[in-house]
Amino acid sequence: MITLEHVTKTFRMEGHAINAVDDVSFTVEEGELAVLIGPSGSGKTTTMRMINRLEEPTSGKISVNGQDVMSMNVVNLRRHIGYVIQQGGLFPHFTVAENVATVPRLLGWSKKKRRERAEELLALVGLDPAIFANRYPRQLSGGQQQRVGVARALAADAPIILMDEPFGAVDPITRTQLQRWLRQVQQDVKKTIVFVTHDINEAFLLGDRIILMRDGHIEQNGTPADLLRSPETEFVKEFIGDEFALQALEHTYIAELAKPVPSRVPDDTLVIPAGMSIPEASREITQADTTGHSGFLVTDEEGKPEGYVTYEDLASAIGEGISSGAESSDEVIPELLESEDA
Amino acid sequence: MFGSNDPLDFIDHIRENQDQFWELFSEHMSLVLYATLIGLVIAIPLAILTSRIKVLDKPMTLIANTGQAIPSLAVLALALPLFGIGFKPALFALSLLAILPIFLNTLVGINSVDAAVVDAARGMGTSDIQLLWQVQLPLAMPFLFAGVQTAVVLSIGGATLAAYIGAGGFGDWILQGLAVRNFPILLAGAVPVAVLAMIAEIVLGWVRRLVVPKGLTVS
Amino acid sequence: MQYILDNPGRVFELTIEHLQLVFSAILIAALIGIPLGILISRVKWLALPVLNISGVLYTVPSLAFFAILIPYTGIGKTTAITALAVYSLLAIVRNTAAGMNEVPASVVDAARGMGMGQFQRLRLVELPLAIPYIFAGIRLATVAGIGIGAIAAVIGGGGLGRLIFDGIRTIDSNRIVAGALMCIILALLAEYGFSKLALLLRPDMRVKAERG
Repeated sequence: MITLEHVTKTFRMEGHAINAVDDVSFTVEEGELAVLIGPSGSGKTTTMRMINRLEEPTSGKISVNGQDVMSMNVVNLRRHIGYVIQQGGLFPHFTVAENVATVPRLLGWSKKKRRERAEELLALVGLDPAIFANRYPRQLSGGQQQRVGVARALAADAPIILMDEPFGAVDPITRTQLQRWLRQVQQDVKKTIVFVTHDINEAFLLGDRIILMRDGHIEQNGTPADLLRSPETEFVKEFIGDEFALQALEHTYIAELAKPVPSRVPDDTLVIPAGMSIPEASREITQADTTGHSGFLVTDEEGKPEGYVTYEDLASAIGEGISSGAESSDEVIPELLESEDA
Repeated sequence: MFGSNDPLDFIDHIRENQDQFWELFSEHMSLVLYATLIGLVIAIPLAILTSRIKVLDKPMTLIANTGQAIPSLAVLALALPLFGIGFKPALFALSLLAILPIFLNTLVGINSVDAAVVDAARGMGTSDIQLLWQVQLPLAMPFLFAGVQTAVVLSIGGATLAAYIGAGGFGDWILQGLAVRNFPILLAGAVPVAVLAMIAEIVLGWVRRLVVPKGLTVS
Repeated sequence: MQYILDNPGRVFELTIEHLQLVFSAILIAALIGIPLGILISRVKWLALPVLNISGVLYTVPSLAFFAILIPYTGIGKTTAITALAVYSLLAIVRNTAAGMNEVPASVVDAARGMGMGQFQRLRLVELPLAIPYIFAGIRLATVAGIGIGAIAAVIGGGGLGRLIFDGIRTIDSNRIVAGALMCIILALLAEYGFSKLALLLRPDMRVKAERG
């Protein structure tokens, strides 16, 4: 479990002080994957780096499993927290297996144990040890290198993992694969993960909780569905409803998510036309006051309700991003074209 | 000579032998100057040629690199059977020594021009001469000057050794000082050489920075 | 060339002497230069002064340098080795610093983040990655040192320069060529040897990168 209490990080630049992180407090429960998301400069990466003391807070307290990180030996702290960064940071002069076994080596594991563990993890991340163990990072593709990076972070079986835009440097297709794969792995290992990204789809796909940051402070801290259902500030609304960010889904129509209407729906349930794309619908939703509701109705061109979508489902769809949208919209479009207004 | 063998007395020695000092100076520097000039005249065309004829590149670079491993003393010595002793063999040897760095640096400079730039220029219909004159040589200038810098400093050193084959220069005092174990004379020869070399390096460094074409920054 | 075959004993003896000179000088220069290079890569403001000073020292022509040292370190091997060591410093310091600076920041960050202490990072990550550069510096210094070492004979340092000097004195070009030839051979061996050694320490540099 990770707790941040009123954490602030101040940098001095040419005379004046800037609070890269400003009075931030949140808790990440054990086994939770918390996403820190926000535009660049929001302080998300700095916040994460304070957990393993790569940056040290100017004020406030950070605790890991009840212990103040500042009171612990820093090298020891870091050896018990997994760390994955965007560019991989694999050691070019170590083989893949040696890279993976880095922290075990620092912890003094025997050669045999290190080797076994490395092979175990390579298999876990889908890289056949027989092929990859003795290769060097430069011989691997970007996606494979990132997976080695994750394997390396898992090697010492640290309960906590910090990930800083780990999938940012690979092509979109590989990124999607890696995201789904991480979700799969997380379901098995249930680590406590703090994950930094600027990509909403990724956040919605992977996050048990989303912490949206801007200019060093937290705009909202909640589940993906919470952010859709009850955005707390204008910024949150804009960020979620941002057409640009959800552009990947502009060919996905809300109708696809619709499930049968439950027997009882509140009278003031929001109503969304079936022909709306997900980005459009999301904007509608965030503008409306939908606190306390579990979902919204989808209507045909005559205004007749034909389906129901829960906010959780919408959040998942946003998380799923391109793949499901692109695949299924081809079939849906011919039908909807007749009913489209403009 | 009675008195102490204090090396720092070299200043007195110079003061007391000013005529000889200037004579040695002119012997030394004329070697350096002529050797560098000859080096330029030969090395630059050679570099241009090598940059144009691809097959020459590897062998020439190998020769030049190996040449740098030959002790300058040996080059000087080998000129003896050809030219006897004195100024001529020294000039010959020092010219050879000067050609090497100028050649290598100029070649690197010409080749350093981004292949994309060359391609664009050729694509626009630039003739080879124009390409050389307007693009490659100007951009190679800083490198060329680095080569000249090295050549001059090497020549100053080589000219010092040239005293061994009778060419004069400050090496004469160094050898004299060594022979009779007289430190003031020894340093009266050595210090001017050191100072000359440092001045040459610094001044040529300034000139090199001035020669960088506008729009380029050379660190 | 004939000379080498006729007098293998003498040539060998002088070659060994020459190698001893160069080896001692490079060793000292490396022992001082590598840590210095690491230092200036960490303490940025030191870089310029250190590089400038070693640059200036490098400029002084060898014979003059030897001569200036003689009143203080005498005639013979000590002066020769000292001078050679000082000459070699520039190449080694500069290349070591360059090598340290080339270590990707992300790799250093990962090493820190995973819990490596400063010295562990240096030993396990930064130095191994800087090895190609460090070795380039040592190689350069060695090749130059072999050439400059010939002058050591002038001041009683021995080595292959003796052959050259004897040759000048007796107007025997065979000896001069023999001396020069041995120097070239040594230089080529040094070039080859150091590249191989670097590959031994960095086996990963043998493999080619994956495309794309």
